Amino acid sequence: MHEFLVESLSGVLGGYLYPFILEGMLLTIELAILSLFFALVLGLLGAVAKLSNNRSAKFVAGLYTTLIRGVPDIVLMFIIFFGGQLAVNIIGDSLGLDYIEISEFTAGVVTIGFIFGAYMAETFRGAILAVPRGEIEAGYAYGMTPIQVFIRITFPACVRHALPGFGNNWLVLAKTTALVSVIGLEDMVFRATQAGGSLRQPFTFYLVVAGLYLVITAVSDVGLRWLDKRYSVGVRRA
Amino acid sequence: MKKAISILTLLTALTFGPFVSADDWDKVRIGVEGAYPPFSSVTASGELQGFDIEIARALCDEIGAECTLVQQDWDGIIPALLARKYDAIIASMSITEERKKKVAFTNKYYSTPAKFAQAKGAGIEISAEGLKGKTVGVQRATTHDNFVTNTFGDTVDIRRYGSQDEAYLDAVAGRLDLLLADSVAMADGFLNTPDGAGWEFVGPGYSDPEFFGEGAGIAIRKKNQDLVDKFNAAIDAIRANGKYQEINDKYFDFDVYGE
Repeated sequence: MHEFLVESLSGVLGGYLYPFILEGMLLTIELAILSLFFALVLGLLGAVAKLSNNRSAKFVAGLYTTLIRGVPDIVLMFIIFFGGQLAVNIIGDSLGLDYIEISEFTAGVVTIGFIFGAYMAETFRGAILAVPRGEIEAGYAYGMTPIQVFIRITFPACVRHALPGFGNNWLVLAKTTALVSVIGLEDMVFRATQAGGSLRQPFTFYLVVAGLYLVITAVSDVGLRWLDKRYSVGVRRA
Repeated sequence: MKKAISILTLLTALTFGPFVSADDWDKVRIGVEGAYPPFSSVTASGELQGFDIEIARALCDEIGAECTLVQQDWDGIIPALLARKYDAIIASMSITEERKKKVAFTNKYYSTPAKFAQAKGAGIEISAEGLKGKTVGVQRATTHDNFVTNTFGDTVDIRRYGSQDEAYLDAVAGRLDLLLADSVAMADGFLNTPDGAGWEFVGPGYSDPEFFGEGAGIAIRKKNQDLVDKFNAAIDAIRANGKYQEINDKYFDFDVYGE
C-alpha cells in the first residue's frame, strides 16, 4: 500500500509533490502543534494572571496581550527571530563565547506560541468569566485550594465556552505558520516557492499548498466538533 | 516588512563597532535563495543547483574554506546575514546604493549584459549607421530604454512597450527589426521558447554601469571587510583560471560576467 502510494505520487508535479512538498507539510503540522501547546500554556497563565488580584501579574499579562495583539505577526517574527539572535550574539560576544545559533524551528515555535498565547489568554479569560460564580464559590466552601478549584471546576467548565474561540485561534495559527518561511524554515510554503520558482510554475504550487492547508483545517474542524460535543454533555442545545 | 528591516538595522547598528571577531574563515556559511533559475533552483529531491550555487562552491574552493549553503527566503535574506545566520549572500543580488547602506558588497561576480536580438539571418549591423531606419522594441522606462535612447536614439526608431512580453509579441508579428533587453531574461523568456525560435542575439553585450548598474555582487556584513577581500581575490582567481568560464558555459552561451 505504502509502496503503491509512493509510486503513484512520485511523478506528480514534476516529482516535487512527494517527498519535497509533503515533507514541508509535515514540518508545518509539527510546528503548528508544538506552537499550539506553547500558546495554550501561555494563554492559561495569561488568563489566570489577568483575573487574579495580584496587581503586578495583572499588569504584565495586560502588557503582553495588548502588545502582542497590536503588532503584525510578521513584524514580531522578524523581531523575535532576528532580534533574538542579535541579542544572543551581543551577550555571547561580551562573554567571549563563540556564535550561538538559535535554531529556526525553536524560534518558529516560540514566536508563534508567543503570539497566539496572547489570543488564547483573551479567549480563556472570557471563558473563565462565563463559569457561574456560584460553582467556584461552592468549591471554596468545600475547602479546596485555589489550584484544586481551577483544575476541578473552573477549567473543565470553561472549556465549553473557550472552544469556539480556541477553534478560531487554532485555524489562524495553522495558517500563520506560513510566515516561518521568511526565517528560513522549510515549511510547505517555502518549499512551494522554491519548487514553483524552479519549474517556473508558481501558481500551480501555490494552489497545491492552498489545497493542503484546506486539508489541515478540514481535519481540524472534525476534531473541534468532536471536542465541542464532548464538553457540551449535559447542556441543552437551543 | 520595511519597518521590521529598519528596526533590525538599528539593532544591528548597535551591535557593530565594539566587537571585533577574530576569524580566519576556514568555515564560511553562505546564504542562497533557490527560486531563481537558472541562477539558483532546487531539484525535485531538494538539491540546490544553478549558476549562483556553482560559483559559490568554486569561490569556497578558491578561498580554501569549508562552506555550508543555507537556503533562505528572499524577504529575510539580509536580516539573516546581519543576525549572523550566515556570513555571505550569493543570490544574484544587484549591487545598489540602498543595500550598500546595510551591507558591504564584493565586486560583481556577474552582470548580465543587455543584448540586441534580430530575426535569424537578418544580418543587421549594430552601429549608429547600421541601425538607421530600423525599429527596435524595448520595455518602457527601463534601463534598456534609457540606454538605447541615449546611445542610438538619433538613428533608430524606438517602440516602447508596457511589458517585455508585448515587445516579444510584436517581434513575432513582424513589426520590429530588433529587440533590446536583458540577455538572460530574453534567452529564458523568448529565444528559448517556441515563439522566439526564429530570433537570435546579435551584436555585443552592453553592461555600462552608467546605465545598467554594477551587476550582482556578494553581500557581506560591513565589519567583515577581510572576507570581502578574500571573495574579491577568489572572483579574480576563478576568472583567470578558467573555472568561471567552465561554469558559465554550462548555463549560458555568452559571457555572463559582462565587460
